[in-house]
Amino acid sequence: MNINTTKVISLLFFIFSAFYLYTAYQIQVFAFDENAPFNARTFPIYLGYAGLFFSGLKIILPDPNTIKVQYKTLEYKKTLILIIIAIIYGATILKVGYFLTTSLFLFSSYYFLGERRWVLMFLLSFPFVAAFMYLLHGVLDIYLRDPFLQLIGVMG
Amino acid sequence: MIEGILIGLTTALTFQNILMVMVGCFFGTIIGMLPGLGPMTAIALMIPITYGFDPATGLILMAGVYYGAVFGGSTSSILLNAPGVPGTVATSFDGYPMAQQGKAGKALAIAAWSSFAGGTLSAIYLLFMAPSLSKVSLSFRSPDYFALMILGLTAIAAFSSKGQFLKAMMMVVLGLMLASVGQDSLSDITRFTFNNMNLTDGISFVLVVMATFAMSEALTIILKRNDPTSAARQVSLTELGSIKINKEERTKMYKTIPRSSVIGFLIGVLPGAGATIASFLAYGMERNIVNDEEKEKFGKGSVNGLSAPETANNAACSGSFVPMLTLGIPGSGTTAVMLGALLGFGVQPGPRLYMTNPEIFWSIIMSMYIGMVILLILNLPLIPYIARILAVPKNYLIPLILFFSITGIYVMSFNNFDIYLMIGIAVVATFMRLYDFPMPPLILAFVLGGLMEENLRRSLLLSNGSWEFLWDRALTACILLTTILIVIWHVYKTMFKRTKT
Repeated sequence: MNINTTKVISLLFFIFSAFYLYTAYQIQVFAFDENAPFNARTFPIYLGYAGLFFSGLKIILPDPNTIKVQYKTLEYKKTLILIIIAIIYGATILKVGYFLTTSLFLFSSYYFLGERRWVLMFLLSFPFVAAFMYLLHGVLDIYLRDPFLQLIGVMG
Repeated sequence: MIEGILIGLTTALTFQNILMVMVGCFFGTIIGMLPGLGPMTAIALMIPITYGFDPATGLILMAGVYYGAVFGGSTSSILLNAPGVPGTVATSFDGYPMAQQGKAGKALAIAAWSSFAGGTLSAIYLLFMAPSLSKVSLSFRSPDYFALMILGLTAIAAFSSKGQFLKAMMMVVLGLMLASVGQDSLSDITRFTFNNMNLTDGISFVLVVMATFAMSEALTIILKRNDPTSAARQVSLTELGSIKINKEERTKMYKTIPRSSVIGFLIGVLPGAGATIASFLAYGMERNIVNDEEKEKFGKGSVNGLSAPETANNAACSGSFVPMLTLGIPGSGTTAVMLGALLGFGVQPGPRLYMTNPEIFWSIIMSMYIGMVILLILNLPLIPYIARILAVPKNYLIPLILFFSITGIYVMSFNNFDIYLMIGIAVVATFMRLYDFPMPPLILAFVLGGLMEENLRRSLLLSNGSWEFLWDRALTACILLTTILIVIWHVYKTMFKRTKT
């Protein structure tokens, strides 16, 4: 049987809406607000029902514009690697600092996407990030935390 | 008004703001030329830069990016038949055939002048319409605002491409759900935080925009093995030819531009509609208006067929600022991003904006003129050079987009959790993009979520819990009736098409 993925997504959204609605009913409100015409849970409850309604309709009604994605042609490996690099970047940026992690993130991303022009890769990572940091921190006065640069005495 | 214009000119003509319009237009033209990366991505990437400026300068920069992206999109439509943004699809109908006939330079010139004229005329309409509408909208009450938001969200869903109404409505609900995370604005009760302190203040608007646009578009390009820059590499090799427009062609443009600018502006003002619908409507209208001989040329390189959508899409861009500036309700995904950024600056757009922050209100309008002039200078002589810059391989482009996205969040919160959340939302959005779930309704809903709840709260409390407020006032009832008509029209259109097939 050919499963229509759009309907599967709609079903997932239906389940998500049901969970959202359940959680909305669990929102604690003040005792004096319990029977008020509007309290902290009113709007979320409406949203939960709206989510159930629209996703329910999408599941029930026929889908004339079925979208078929050619899974075999998709580039999973590079996408996954990029996501993992981004997660590592996110995990280290605060501890190591903006300059080093960002430069390494860019350099490794270029590499994993297939780039091998080392000089260009270097120029578009370390000096590029330094220039961008100068623009943000030096010119626009946007604070950038960087323990690494502080450690080596470049940043105050 | 004269005083306002002078305030606007004083602000817009400072060296810094002219520089920002130039940077914005330049950057927007580059992003707009890349198929797959639209104005919302371009604006989202600019948000971190705007933190360092005052609100007027920040918005001028973002507005410049917006016009630039629409302008840039027309270039790739004409030269490569690969529209950079949906609003320039209609441009390719006659622009590309013209380029194939060896008149690429002429087609670019017609597009550039039409965009310039469309943008300038619509800025004049905006100049007169915005203050008047601001005065009218001062009489709006909470039920009217609530109804207007319902109209805006329904309209953006209905105007999504065919068969996507329910998908778009699901995205609207998802956007509102995401907006409901965090402390309730009145009671401070936390909702949907699951005892996670990082969610107490809610999900950042910039995070959602970056995740659903910049980051997910970058991931989609890799996942689908697209190469948006390959088109740009061809542009630099194209022989553009002469950019001179002869008298006969000018005469045709003189007739097309005023009517297309009006239709473009009016469509732009409507919530949910935008440059795409405006350009298609203007193209269709022009085709019906011209004589039979000219009609034959449509699709084969007609001057009218190229000028009409180009005028309309730029006019629609200015038009879309009207609801945002006067009502505080964005009419499109792009202006929703700008509204979110403005709220981040602590500025509340709405009917009082032109009184409380006249420098912002008028400088945006004035910067439109400056932006149009800069775009004209940019697009004509500089296109081959811009195209060369664009020939950056995607191996560099994608990491740079991810870098700008993550930096945007990092400088805002210095919190790892936000980066993880952004990556998570981007992965989900990438998957949903594969199945054509539209993202602009989600952004619009996310931006409007708080305002919508606030207005519903006031309306329900004033009416003591009764839903009669929806039809108590004629204005509220009219707005809701329009919403219902849009839904009926959409259902009828869908069913009629299905029966036909």
